[in-house]
Amino acid sequence: MTTTPALAARRALTTLASAALLLWAVATIVFFLQHLVPGDPAQTILGGASANPPEETLEAVRAQYGFDQPLLVQYGNFLAGLVRGDLGESYTMKQPVTAIVGEQILPTLQLTAASLLIAWALAIGLTLLTAGRRGRLARLGASLEVVLAALPHFWLGVVLLVVVAVVLQWLPVVDDGPAGLILPALTLGIPLGGFLAQVTRDEFETALQKPFVLSALSRGASPAAVRWRQVLRHAALPGIALSGWGLGSLISGAVVVEVIFSRQGIGQILVAAVTAQDLPLVIGVTFVVAAVYVLANILSDLATVLVDPRLRHTIGHA
Amino acid sequence: MTTLAPPAPVTAPEAAPTPRPARRRRDLAGRIGLLAASAVVAVVLLAALVPDLLAPQDPLEISLSESFAPPSAEHLFGTDQSGRDVFSRVIHGARQSLVIGIGATALGLLGALVLGLLGGLGGRLADGAVTRVIEVLYAFPGILLALILIAVYGNSALTQMVAVGLATMPGYARMVRSQVLAVRDSAYVEAARALGHSSPRILLRTLLPNAFRPLTVLITLGVGQAIVWAAALGFLGMGVQPPTAEWGAMLNAGRTYIQQAWWMDFFPGITIVLFTLSLTVLGRHLQRATDAGALR
Repeated sequence: MTTTPALAARRALTTLASAALLLWAVATIVFFLQHLVPGDPAQTILGGASANPPEETLEAVRAQYGFDQPLLVQYGNFLAGLVRGDLGESYTMKQPVTAIVGEQILPTLQLTAASLLIAWALAIGLTLLTAGRRGRLARLGASLEVVLAALPHFWLGVVLLVVVAVVLQWLPVVDDGPAGLILPALTLGIPLGGFLAQVTRDEFETALQKPFVLSALSRGASPAAVRWRQVLRHAALPGIALSGWGLGSLISGAVVVEVIFSRQGIGQILVAAVTAQDLPLVIGVTFVVAAVYVLANILSDLATVLVDPRLRHTIGHA
Repeated sequence: MTTLAPPAPVTAPEAAPTPRPARRRRDLAGRIGLLAASAVVAVVLLAALVPDLLAPQDPLEISLSESFAPPSAEHLFGTDQSGRDVFSRVIHGARQSLVIGIGATALGLLGALVLGLLGGLGGRLADGAVTRVIEVLYAFPGILLALILIAVYGNSALTQMVAVGLATMPGYARMVRSQVLAVRDSAYVEAARALGHSSPRILLRTLLPNAFRPLTVLITLGVGQAIVWAAALGFLGMGVQPPTAEWGAMLNAGRTYIQQAWWMDFFPGITIVLFTLSLTVLGRHLQRATDAGALR
């Protein structure tokens, strides 16, 4: 049975529809969370609890932001805005949230992409070198992965910053160019690499026991070639399936890393927004991140199918 | 739904468990590791219970003449910007950090238990709803859910705990649900039913203990994760406020002085790393011992 275009289109539609439903649910939750906030949002907009604006000003702000309308109308407006790509206006920066996020998301995506590359390079390197080998090497590899995966970003980042940038002075402490990307990307990528390597190692060792390995070896293929060409392909599958999730964890890790390295990005913006209780901005950033995350999961599913042709007939029916 | 493949237990299409070769030498290394891990956990627990026994100095005592002293025999981990002894503060911080980590895990589990039981036992409609709820919660990666909660309810140790608990909940809920589903159809539950036991009794005496046993390991690992997340929030300045000795808050204070006093962040950080790593080692050991690996 081959995949017909019609079938493929239907699968794509189902996937997109369920993603859209999910995002609607996310939007609904964040909207109602926003209205659980104790206190008056108009007060927050006018400078927080310490400011003492006159009642008319408060009324004007309420009317301007639509707080005086019934909740369901506000909800409707919020959803309608989302569809148009309008996430409201930031309380503190007095700018459209979409503009702020649009400006800040690129550095964060660069950082996460670089980190994902580092994580994969580390995972594949560790697996190829040490998985399925006997003796010290395998044990060293396995322990190293556990340790790397356990390193919290806030600690690894600080150590890298102090050792590489302050003590050795190999790299600038703060830099907006490519050099400034190295340490943050390492901080984010190394723990994820340790985690991915644990998964690929497990699969690698399972796959090594399979008959196709023996068969390839008996045809005269070198062990290194078998590891690289055949076994790795099996081992990479669960790792690829996890990459979508990994990207999500990278984005939330980016919050910490951007703060450590004073890097521009939505992480910095999010922390500032949370601290200032600037809810439209918090919600806008969260929503965009959730959307990116859902998209990344769809993409990693697609990537799994590309690497494993066997799945072409099953995925979408699961 | 394949689009939202959950993080942890993913197996390749045809991954069949293969017997692993016996590794005697690894046993020895493993035993040393286990011993070290137990020691670390024991020390941290002791520090949480009776900090005064271990701490050489008052964690809050300010001595401005000694500020930013590097690690020395007198101040093992150096001193902070107010001359407080970092070593004593790390020891006194254990209790707060543990309470937040364990409390968050307990909250996450409680929520997960409600969701998981509802999904596992409530019939198709309830299960569908629970599955959707878990899926939606999963759409917030990592600590984002926690950050929203803090944005809404403001900064405090309690919000920090609830926020981390909420962020861990979906993971636990999925596991509880699948465990309940597996146990529900097991022969011993059927046997209990055949014996005429009442439903509450079956739920409490048969179903829950069996569904929960494999989860104990994950809880050990989960407490470590919760401590790391709580510390990350603390590092960002959300949570316990200074001058209280708490690991996350200490990290946050050290961040400002990172280029002149690395020890202020390094030592609380490595304590968290060692502690969570030890919990992982213990958790893995428990996993092998109780054969909870079958959960995968």
